[in-house]
This record gives sequence, structure tokens and C-alpha cells, in this order.
Amino acid sequence: MRFAMIPELLMQMFKKPFTNRFPAKYIPSSTTKFLEDVEKGKTKIIPPVETPHGFRGKIVYDKEKCIGCRLCIKVCPSNAIEYKPDEKKIKIYVARCTFCSQCNDVCPVKCLNMSNEFLLADAEKYSQTLIVE
Amino acid sequence: MRRKTTSKTTYTLPIGPIHPAFKEPVMFEFEIDGEKIVDVDVSLGQVHRGIEWAGMQRNPIQILYLAERICGICSFSHPIAFARAVENAANIEVPERAEYLRVIHGELERIASHILWAGVAAHEIGFDSVLYLTWRMREKVLDLTEYLTGNRVTKAMITIGGVRRDITKDNIPKIRETLEYYKKNFEKLRHVFLDDKTIKLRSKNCGILTFEDALKLCAVGPTARASGVKKDVRVDQAYAAYGDLDIKHITPDILTGEINGDVYDRIVVRLLEVKQSIDLIEQCIDKMPSGDIVSEPKIPKLLSAIKKNAGEGIGRHEAPRGEVIHYVKLDGENEKPYTWKARAPTYNNILPWIPMLKGEQIADIPIVAASTDPCISCTNRVLIINKKHRKIMSREQLHRLSVEKTRRLMKTHHIIGGGTI
Repeated sequence: MRFAMIPELLMQMFKKPFTNRFPAKYIPSSTTKFLEDVEKGKTKIIPPVETPHGFRGKIVYDKEKCIGCRLCIKVCPSNAIEYKPDEKKIKIYVARCTFCSQCNDVCPVKCLNMSNEFLLADAEKYSQTLIVE
Repeated sequence: MRRKTTSKTTYTLPIGPIHPAFKEPVMFEFEIDGEKIVDVDVSLGQVHRGIEWAGMQRNPIQILYLAERICGICSFSHPIAFARAVENAANIEVPERAEYLRVIHGELERIASHILWAGVAAHEIGFDSVLYLTWRMREKVLDLTEYLTGNRVTKAMITIGGVRRDITKDNIPKIRETLEYYKKNFEKLRHVFLDDKTIKLRSKNCGILTFEDALKLCAVGPTARASGVKKDVRVDQAYAAYGDLDIKHITPDILTGEINGDVYDRIVVRLLEVKQSIDLIEQCIDKMPSGDIVSEPKIPKLLSAIKKNAGEGIGRHEAPRGEVIHYVKLDGENEKPYTWKARAPTYNNILPWIPMLKGEQIADIPIVAASTDPCISCTNRVLIINKKHRKIMSREQLHRLSVEKTRRLMKTHHIIGGGTI
């Protein structure tokens, strides 16, 4: 065959697009209005592809369990964890986090975990949603 | 601009540092005669990031994740080379199962990278429907990577002395399913790339690198193998579990019966390597022994063991683009390494661009440059900024500086009688 792609391209005409159209089929003209409509129940978000088991999303911190050993600070590659000496607890800046979950592995009391949450875009890197404490 | 005589027939054409044909900043200066390239000069240093310096402020566990970010596509190759360098320096044994797991992940990365490259190469010659086809196929291996490691690109799999996540019995059906998909679709990919007239026209007898040039200029990876140089770290100095597996050098004559060293041959080599990787993963799944996946699971204990060790180590790995080398020196007092040096495969594949490009046409520049699968950001290491002026150092100057540094280090380390350098 001189042009090997032609059968493939013809077949493609009758197939659905491979991409999952998250969050909407077409880009909304106003994102804020789209989100408002979703809240009111006027439109629906096309759900994202499910995250796999062991996905590393936004970090979850169990403050009660934490013993303040500071091992997580020692291994964090991006220095995203700050120690609060008066409380003997930690504060995690998610904007700096690289999602390697090394702190989860090193924690002796397993007070750190990775959630499935991955929509972390924010205009302000120190906003409350991006600080875990 | 050079001007020899008034009846000058050639002119200079600068391409880069930022150019739509290149995905990353690199600067070419071409001497052009009509449409023909007479001479080429490559200048690098547009994307220096100071990653080695950043690494020297961190302990080896932290560097793993920094090494992962040297390259987005080789996000397994760099940390494994670094981990092997530290294991070499601190005499850490890796459990056998971990060695097999490292091979599986390394080969998955090779499949993803080679298929990505095939798409980029098709895009460079303006055949975008092939780009979409190959990248759709690549999605399957990325899904598998995500399933096994948790994330698609930055896998965070390697740790010093093993790997971080195991492959259980429940994971194996999904791996087999993905491999079956590639086996079934390999013929389609081969047919599109090797039989199509458009791709043949652009890639046959284009960007030729002869066997002698490939040897002389130390080309690595598929670029060298496409010119007939049998060079592959996995075979030559079998590491991890490669020694137990059935693996041989891939050269284009296996499929086509001849070696030309052109762009077409580089496509052939990469396609065959995808097939080889599928085979290697299958072998690994069959042969994998049970046991530990990491030699020392307690990280504080591991770090203190590394801290006590003084020594140098070298870690080599056959990345999708060729051999990657990491060098680490531990001083036995600090957790942070005394030196960390990474050499990406593209560094070796830059000089071969010159014989490849000479005599070609201007329009062949993107496909020839892309045919070595360059990764410029991984390569850039030295850029000297003297106050406001950028200064490019000559070879002699650099050599002199290097000798001076060796002397200085010898003095500070009280090494007497080091001999002539």
C-alpha cells in the first residue's frame, strides 16, 4: 500500500473521539458561569477518568496522630513542609508539593496520606485550599 | 557573519534558540548554498537549569525526585542511574525481585518514549494524522504506567536499594492485556511507518550517519545502532536483571537486511525496540522471583548508612535515547553528595548532527534533528555568566579550568603526588 494511513483514517470517521471531554463537551464561554450553572443543576460536568488505585493526589494530614518527629521534612525533595515548633506539628504547602509520597513512606505513625483529589488549580499559591495543616 | 570574498555564494542562516520546528531551545547556525547545507554549527546552553547544584543541597533520597525531573520522558532512567550510582558508592545490594521490577518499568518507559518519538517524527515531516495515531496508541502504555505506579509521567518508583511499589498477581492481567494490544497493533504501526510512500520519501537516504562517524563521535542509543554500531548498555554491561533475559543488539538489518544509517533506519530500530521491550517485559513477568523489593525499607537507617560511606559511584542505564551516566561522590561526613554529575544521552548525539545535516536541504533540518530524539533540557550543564555578559569558553580555556580545579581539589583533600593530569 502506497498510502498506509488511508484505511485507518476512513475508519476513524465512524469512531467516537478517544479523548474524554472533561469537564464539558465544548469550552464554555464563561468558566464562572458554567460552574454556577453546575451548582444550580442546570448543566452537568462530564466526569473525569477515574484515578487508579495508588494515585497520588492532594495530601491528607491527620494532625491528631502526628508526633512531630520531622522525618517528613528531612525527606521532602521540594521543602514543601514547614515545622511549627510551638505546636510540634507540621504545615504542608501543596503548591510546592511534587506528589512523590516519600513523606507517607517515612512517617512512623502513618499520619500522612495521598487522596484522589487532583483539581488543585488556584490563582493564589498560598490560598487556604493549598495549605494543609 | 563571515564574509570571505565579494563573490560569496553561501550565506548564514541562524535557526533557534527558539524555533517552532524544535521543541526545545537549541541554536543552529547553517552555512547555506542555495538550498544545500554546507556547514553547521550547533550552540547549546539556552536552557541551563542548575539542577546539579540544586542536588548538592539535598540528600540522596531527595535527589531521586529531582533526578526524575531532569527529563519528563526519561523520568525513570535518570533516577535509576542516580540510584545505581549511590548503590555503587555505598555498596548497597538490590534484591533480585527489585531488579526485575526495574527492568519492567524501564521497558515500559522505552515503549512510551519510542512511540512518542514516532509521532513527533511524523509531525516534523507534516504527517499529523500519524502523530494522532501513535499518540493514541501511547495512551495505553501511559494508562498501564498510571495503574502500576500511581501517576502517568513522574512515576516516583525508584528508591535507593530497590523500588517503592510491587507488582502483585492482580496487576498481571492488565499488563498482559496492554502488551497484547501492542502486539496486535505493532503490524499496523510497522505498516504505516515502513511501507508508507510519504514517510519513505522523506526518510530514506536522509540524514546519513556512517558507521565510522557514529563510532568516532560516540553516538549512543538508537542513533548509533541505526548506523550499525552494536552498542547497548543492557547487553554490553548487563545490569539489573538484563543478564538473565534474552536480549540482543537491535540493528536495522534484522528487518531490512541492510544498514544505511539514515532516518529510515532510525525509525526501524525504534520500532524493533518497541517489540523487544514487549518481549522483555513478558520474560520478566515469567521469571520474576518472589522476595523483598527494597533492601532497607527504613529510610532514616538507609540515609545514615549512606552518610557513613565515602566513595565514588557510577550508575549507567540504557535510556530510550541511549546511555545515561550519573556520577556521585560521597564524602563520608555529610548526607548531601559531594558531587553529582549527570550525563544525558543527547549530549553524545549532538555532534553526530553535523555529519548528518551536511549536504541536506534546509527543509530536512527538523526531521534530521528530531531523528536522534534530542532532549535539550536534559543536556545543558555548563553556562558561564560573567556579570551581565554571557561568555562562551573555548575548549582550551575549559580544559585549563578543569586542570586547575583538579589541582585545587587535590590540595584541599590532601592528596599528595597525584601525578600529571
